[in-house]
Amino acid sequence: MSEERPRSRAGTAARLRELLDTEGAAVEENVSTFNAGRYRRYAEMDATEEYREEARRIKEEAIERLPELVEALTEQVEENGGTVYLADDAADAREYVRKVAADRDAESVVKSKTMTSEEVHLNAGLEADGIDVTETDLAEFVLQLAEEEPSHIVAPAIHKSRSEIAALFSRTFDLDEPLETPEELTRFARERLLERVTEADIGITGANFLTADTGTLALVTNEGNARKCAVTPDTHVAIAGVEKIVPSMADLAPFLELIGPAGAGQDITAYVSLLTPPVETPAIDFEAPGTAGFGDPDDREFHLVLLDNGRTAMREDDDLRETLYCVRCGACANSCANFQQVGGHAFGGETYSGGIATGWEAGIGGPEAAAEFNDLCTGCSRCVDACPVKIDIPWINTVVRDRLNRGEEPGRFDFLVEGLTPDAEPAGLDLGKRLFGNFGTLAKWGSRTAPVANALAASSVARAALERVAGVDRRRDLPRFDPEPLTEWFRSRPDAGPADPTREAVLYPDVYTNYVATGRGKAAVRTLEALGVDVTVPNVGASGRAPLSQGMVATATDRAETVADALSPEIEAGRDVVVVEPSDLALFRREYGKLLDDDRAEMISEHSYELFEYVFGLLEKGADPDALGSPADGDAEVAYHSHCQQRTLDLEAGTVSVLETCGYDVETSDVECCGMAGSFGYKSDYYELSMAVGERLESQFTEPETEGRRVVASGVSCVEQLDSLLERPASHPVHLVDPGGGTDP
Amino acid sequence: MSSDSVATFERRAADRRATVERTTVPEFDRALADCLAEPAVGVPLPFDGVSLANHPVEIDPSPATLEAAATGVTPVGPAVAEYGSVVVPSDERGAEAISLYPETHVAVLAASDVHASLSTALAEVGEEIAAGLSSAVFATGPSATADMGAPVYGVHGPAELRILLLEDR
Repeated sequence: MSEERPRSRAGTAARLRELLDTEGAAVEENVSTFNAGRYRRYAEMDATEEYREEARRIKEEAIERLPELVEALTEQVEENGGTVYLADDAADAREYVRKVAADRDAESVVKSKTMTSEEVHLNAGLEADGIDVTETDLAEFVLQLAEEEPSHIVAPAIHKSRSEIAALFSRTFDLDEPLETPEELTRFARERLLERVTEADIGITGANFLTADTGTLALVTNEGNARKCAVTPDTHVAIAGVEKIVPSMADLAPFLELIGPAGAGQDITAYVSLLTPPVETPAIDFEAPGTAGFGDPDDREFHLVLLDNGRTAMREDDDLRETLYCVRCGACANSCANFQQVGGHAFGGETYSGGIATGWEAGIGGPEAAAEFNDLCTGCSRCVDACPVKIDIPWINTVVRDRLNRGEEPGRFDFLVEGLTPDAEPAGLDLGKRLFGNFGTLAKWGSRTAPVANALAASSVARAALERVAGVDRRRDLPRFDPEPLTEWFRSRPDAGPADPTREAVLYPDVYTNYVATGRGKAAVRTLEALGVDVTVPNVGASGRAPLSQGMVATATDRAETVADALSPEIEAGRDVVVVEPSDLALFRREYGKLLDDDRAEMISEHSYELFEYVFGLLEKGADPDALGSPADGDAEVAYHSHCQQRTLDLEAGTVSVLETCGYDVETSDVECCGMAGSFGYKSDYYELSMAVGERLESQFTEPETEGRRVVASGVSCVEQLDSLLERPASHPVHLVDPGGGTDP
Repeated sequence: MSSDSVATFERRAADRRATVERTTVPEFDRALADCLAEPAVGVPLPFDGVSLANHPVEIDPSPATLEAAATGVTPVGPAVAEYGSVVVPSDERGAEAISLYPETHVAVLAASDVHASLSTALAEVGEEIAAGLSSAVFATGPSATADMGAPVYGVHGPAELRILLLEDR
């Protein structure tokens, strides 16, 4: 399906708009329920973190030892009486199953849900041989009738409403009486599918886990169809990627504890089958309905198809390897603000969907297979805390974006661009990406030429050109540059530091704080000084966040090196690093580990603090909160939107606590993301999606209990988005505690 | 097993729409009779002092009988208190199919087989698998789906799970 999709910005926008209109509501309702369930269940369990650590450790070990485990599993399954086929690619797997079916003279096959069979197009292969294939998972059954693709890896028909399913059944089966309730629909499907199960010659399942020591497959399900498919016909074929192998039966425990909670907030699914086939359970020969007793267990046949299809290469790829730890729970999709709006038909490739789909599709089909949807990952990192095996999904998305950037065909004049642009990326890079990725340079230039740059940004002619050439949506307000950067303001002001400082700190002048939102930088300096900190604001340079978000890893690495060169001597001299912009702090804490050598990355990570995290620490150590600003009479009520990456780092609480200490009454939002996500919402292809994501935040902040509250948000792009969503203005929370009382933006 | 575990098991199973009826060997026949809808199929019970022999339960049914059955009776165990799950071990007499096809699954469980946690129950099942048990299903409540727009029970598997808990076993 991916070839037919338009790749122009207008085409992408149109396709997203269509999905927002047709499937968005059903997707949002279902996915949000799963997401809320995961939060609830993760919080309820005492040992969530221990399980996640353990699951991660087991997967790391299993992938490290994969060749050995494949061998051990194969030996064990064969010793049990089954057959193992190691398939190199999709065609190989498909052909093998076709051959098994031909050898058994099979006429009909029943399947339980398996994404791996979708990956190898198994149904089409069997149907080409005249075999009747029936999906028995209710959602897959619906999609088979509707001839549609899954929109979610766990709940594949999540985009369809009950009434659409009812209409589909009426149409397909020519029903006189329409089915209405979920009970009626379910019963109807159950009865039809029971017929198919009882007459099937082969049952096909996937496997959630395979244990190398016993040759056991674990199937995690709710409906009971996988149980029926596995044991009713005398032939069972299981198809699974090689990455599903864990060393031993004992290793299953943390996964079984986590997979239900991670997927949909269930404590445990209705059924967890541990099958060591060929199983002792006798097959049931419904063609001999009157014969007492079941068939002879010795007649059973079992085939395990272990699929490689790019996985061995992924294992050797330092950036894609983690994809193989994926347990296919769907948590990354459920926790994704963009996915919640458009589902897997937009945020997905040929087989897989959600955040981790980029890793799977690129691993199986090369980066191009993820090109359509990779940009829908904004790097907000909400999925990182959701993933039961702690996969760094945003990093995988970034790396694949980088590979796509590099794979673009260089245009005729790109040698000129390459000589002129200030980044380390190849010619041919999308101009919009290059523009957003070089925002640091742009901002510096914008500040120097502020009157002209700001006037240009307001001109409709320039905006039309910017939209056409670089995809910057003209419905967005552009940043207004301050002619006096924060660093210059700081250098030229009279020395105002505390006489007897308790600590020394560098306020990191991120690009926005330095050139655009200088007010929050000034407020931060005054706040820290009031608490006894000797502050400096040196010229450090852009963090690399902007290029990294465009997949420009080489440029981001250059920026990180420059920042590390500038900050290392400061840290060595005993200064803390205080960061206003949460996305830059997240970069220092998380991604610098990938961009810099370990020692430097660790040093910066350990000595950097988000502004309110730092203020919270100062107050804890005895600094006097009375030195800070406090609410004017009747102005204490605040609505606060934290920032995606700030929440992932567990830093929301610090801001709330400081504001409360200073006398504010704080209501917080609980949406995953404001929708702006750095440059994402500025892009003309994504503007409407960005606004759709923002609706949830808008409604939280216009409810009766919040509508009168002053709005603050930690991220610069969150403030921008809130400004466009709400009638009232938004600002950074530092303005609330600024002892100078300034409210400059 | 502790009485705490049994109480937790009862509560958690009920949370998942399973019914748990505490009984004893002397009371078993009456308890079973109360939850048998006919026709019924089953596999022999391994607990001393209880048997299906006095009940209208067909052992080794034909496929047609299985398909027509309203109730399937099987022994289960171990069980997991924290989730209210029971383990259905397979056997050559078709326990898996008998627990799966009929509308109601009556699961007979010894209280001494209730484990506090999934991990210890899993360790026990793991030992049995290593020793040759070829299939075991952790079943928690009836079969379920939400694919048709709202939760529905009894999809492909049983709509009702009734657990008879033998307190003196």
